[in-house]
Amino acid sequence: MFKRANLPAEASIFAVFVGIAVLFEILGWFVVGKSFLGNVQRLEIIILQVCIFGIIAVGVTQVIITSGIDLSGGAVLALSAMVAASFAQSADAFAPMFPQFLGSPIIIPIVVGLAVGAACGWINGAITAYTGIPSFIATLGMLVTARAVAVIYTEGQPIYSLSDSFTAIGSGAWPVLIFFIVAVIFHLLLKHTVYGKHTYAIGSNERAARVAGINVRRHKIMVYTIAGSLSGLAGVVMCARATIAQSGMGTMYELDAISAVVIGGTSLFGGRGRITGTVIGVCILGVITSGFTFLRIDFYYQEIVKGMIIVGAVMLDQRRQAQRRLRA
Amino acid sequence: MNNQDDIILRTENLTKRYGGVHALEEANFTLKRGEHVAIVGDNGAGKSTFVRQITGVEQPSSGDIFFEGQRVEFNSPLEAREAGIESVFQDLALCNDLDVPSNLFLGREELLFKFGPFSILDEKKMMQKAKEVLERTAIKIPDLSNHVGDMSGGQRQCVAISRSASFASKLIIMDEPTAALGVQETTQVENIIRGLKEQGVPLILISHNLRQVFNLVDKIWVFRRGRIVGEVIAAETDGNEIVSMITGMQDGVHEKASYI
Repeated sequence: MFKRANLPAEASIFAVFVGIAVLFEILGWFVVGKSFLGNVQRLEIIILQVCIFGIIAVGVTQVIITSGIDLSGGAVLALSAMVAASFAQSADAFAPMFPQFLGSPIIIPIVVGLAVGAACGWINGAITAYTGIPSFIATLGMLVTARAVAVIYTEGQPIYSLSDSFTAIGSGAWPVLIFFIVAVIFHLLLKHTVYGKHTYAIGSNERAARVAGINVRRHKIMVYTIAGSLSGLAGVVMCARATIAQSGMGTMYELDAISAVVIGGTSLFGGRGRITGTVIGVCILGVITSGFTFLRIDFYYQEIVKGMIIVGAVMLDQRRQAQRRLRA
Repeated sequence: MNNQDDIILRTENLTKRYGGVHALEEANFTLKRGEHVAIVGDNGAGKSTFVRQITGVEQPSSGDIFFEGQRVEFNSPLEAREAGIESVFQDLALCNDLDVPSNLFLGREELLFKFGPFSILDEKKMMQKAKEVLERTAIKIPDLSNHVGDMSGGQRQCVAISRSASFASKLIIMDEPTAALGVQETTQVENIIRGLKEQGVPLILISHNLRQVFNLVDKIWVFRRGRIVGEVIAAETDGNEIVSMITGMQDGVHEKASYI
């Protein structure tokens, strides 16, 4: 017999992922008479669609492990994308924002985008760590504010004419590769470094972490800053891919990211969760979106199913936690 | 004082008031190096208040604390801990979602490679050391890589105590360490305490269990209504005397009273 305890926690999430994919495959043959998985192009699109909010989800995972939440991902993405794009316009751009930066090396817009994201994240972290305001409220404030600043930055105008060398980082498989690298890096950091250990400790028992000598405030600020930087990175990749930056980019991405994290088995109670689960969660959301489009089912039905999956995942987590409390 | 070097902890007129409530009045307490003492007293006698002052959880209203001959003021439990005072509280300070080695080494991890917050953990070494520490205490925990939250109350208490005991601390304070434990687990905890005695680590034990107190400590401090009412050598007294000190009544202690 198979002992469930010996399987990694991700096995069941992965089984759900495979189950959903197979379900769409079967439905595909019956409903539209085509294969769902047999279409390589479709699989490519799924991956490309999800990797942007996937980058945000890697940061959100870490915030949720500390038993916080980050609602600002999509808005920070938009602001970072706007600012990064303003430093990445090509020489032939009409009325460029910063003429002196035209044709500068692409490292400048990348660093600027990441820095904007990091600054937003730092503010989230500092407010949460020092004022005791719940992270839900602090990052909700950032969601509204960052989006507004993104609009004001160009008075609502999109930024066009990005240089070819900049848009190259959003082309082909680059976004997927960036998502993959980010996921691997933070998977390793969470698993094998002091940073990771303390992140879990704070989420598990903040008081114990403080008594053990961990500088909880500084650590939280670091986690939120990392999450903000990753939202910034997602913004850079997204505008490079779209070859345009607009203030409305990434709307609701924070919710997709949080959904992926929760579906991936990270506990909203803090202390538990892994990047590998989040990556599978991201893929599940991608398959659902793509599958519904493939079956030509209306977008809003798709949202209903997503909503139910998220609530179901949290209920499952709650039950798990309750069982543990009973045992202890 | 000539025997200054002999004394690890001393309080002088230590007083704590909560508004008009005098929780602790002019407590003069001394603890010698290597000495194991118990603090006993009824509920509300000021035992826990006293411990909260010397572990930095609260700050005294007046009076002084001397640790290793130096006057100290602890503004937080962390400062007391840094000075070498480790405490095991009734509500355990463990991270339920971490395994045993992670809890034992929390905040003082063994490192393979130092690089600020991104230093790489030496998991093998921590696991090895955790095994050694727990072997010394004869605690049976089948798999140290399990989450502490999935373990029994006794196992968790033993992890918490080993955590304090395994780091060359200068003073260990235990508040009702066996209150929620079964017989076997209590024995294990008591063995850890005896081990500390052999190693010469001083200990303050707060317990309601007088039999345990007589079994384990050299000296008993009795608190009553916020004051220290007695300091007796365990070998020179008996349960009856202690109980009458705790209650403040000379007689009326039943021979077969179960608290003896």
